[in-house]
Amino acid sequence: MSVRHALLALLSEGPKYGLQLRDEFEARTGDVWPLNVGQVYTTLQRLERDTFVESDGGDEPGPQKHFRITAAGSSELSTWLRTPSDTAPPRDELVIKVLVALRVPGVNVSELVQAHRRHLIELMQRYTRLKEDAADDDLALTLVADAEIYRLDSVIRWLDSADARLQREPAPGARARRLEPAPIAEPAQREPTQPQSTRARR
Amino acid sequence: MSSLLEMRQVSKVYGEEPFEVHALRAVDLSVRAGELVAIMGPSGSGQSTLLTIAGSLEESSSGEVVVDGSVFSSMSRNDRARMRRRTIGYVFQDFNLLAGLNAVENVALPLELDGVGIKSAHAAGLEALGKLDAAELADRFPDELSGGERQRVAIARAIVGDRRLLLADEPTGALDSINGEAVMRLLRAACKNGVAGVVVTHDAQLASWADRVVFLRDGHVVDQTAPPPGPESLLEPSRSPRP
Repeated sequence: MSVRHALLALLSEGPKYGLQLRDEFEARTGDVWPLNVGQVYTTLQRLERDTFVESDGGDEPGPQKHFRITAAGSSELSTWLRTPSDTAPPRDELVIKVLVALRVPGVNVSELVQAHRRHLIELMQRYTRLKEDAADDDLALTLVADAEIYRLDSVIRWLDSADARLQREPAPGARARRLEPAPIAEPAQREPTQPQSTRARR
Repeated sequence: MSSLLEMRQVSKVYGEEPFEVHALRAVDLSVRAGELVAIMGPSGSGQSTLLTIAGSLEESSSGEVVVDGSVFSSMSRNDRARMRRRTIGYVFQDFNLLAGLNAVENVALPLELDGVGIKSAHAAGLEALGKLDAAELADRFPDELSGGERQRVAIARAIVGDRRLLLADEPTGALDSINGEAVMRLLRAACKNGVAGVVVTHDAQLASWADRVVFLRDGHVVDQTAPPPGPESLLEPSRSPRP
């Protein structure tokens, strides 16, 4: 995600302080993407260097410094909003794991796929709770939760499809075996699984 | 909290050797009052069979089903029919509303069939619609309702009176994502009021509204999710994911 352009968008509403920009950024992204204030000032310095923003209050970054967007900054923001996002296929670790598992002797790929499916649905449940608990007027949080839910859903669908293909055409190296029944005793509270940090992922 | 639905080693076999089909194989499942459980799995894994057996719409080949403390196998047909009318509510993909009755009449119908007077049944119907914020639909007929509104009425019919177990088979199948989500919110709200819910769905997004997701494959329960730790955990520092 481009913090730089998000800050330009916030400044397009009018001049703001660095700390104010951090707080508004977090509020508008549903507090899901925390932002370090140091990162805000570093980004603002670069934007100033590139003449996309200007400031008053001296050369040193600090809480008293007021930032405003320039005409060049408005033009940059407008261009960025209309530029298609990067759609190059990512090097997805889960895809690689499943592909590698096909060749590892002794690995039950269906079991592996199910473990990842369960993990993703558990993660999706937490985003769904986030959405459920969101205030009716907190559109930003709902949209952020939806974005993550749809992303997870697409991965689960891929797993379902991979699993169905494996049932028809067992893996070349390690044959996909059928899943064995599991006891359905009351589930123990597992160690909560964590999503990768948003900043690291994006 | 004790289980409202308890399935113990339930199996279902259709046909006879050598053509028999094992729809369920020694399934154990318990659902507490207030809990919503989603059942997922590839087509033909036995999800719908599980639901019809839990709802006493068909009998298991072996194993035991207990609903609200009553063991199906030790009940007479009449007692089971009474339980279906009073304790168990069903929600189907195609709503199954009667076209000649308005919304509140549809909702009140199970109570009237159970011998409750028209006035009392009507009042209970209005109350059920009110719980789902659908009281304004009471006088409208099914063909005057949108898909989402029809399913809302169908859910009201499933929880009318003192129902304890709510069974839903692909209840959002004909709806768009926003209306589908609204249905899951309603099912969840019903469960929060003390009903035990079981919903069969192929849709992971909808299943994620459940407290627990149980995975079926070839008639076996193969896995289930752990209780979610809560959305606040999403904001905690990252830890390595469990494989």
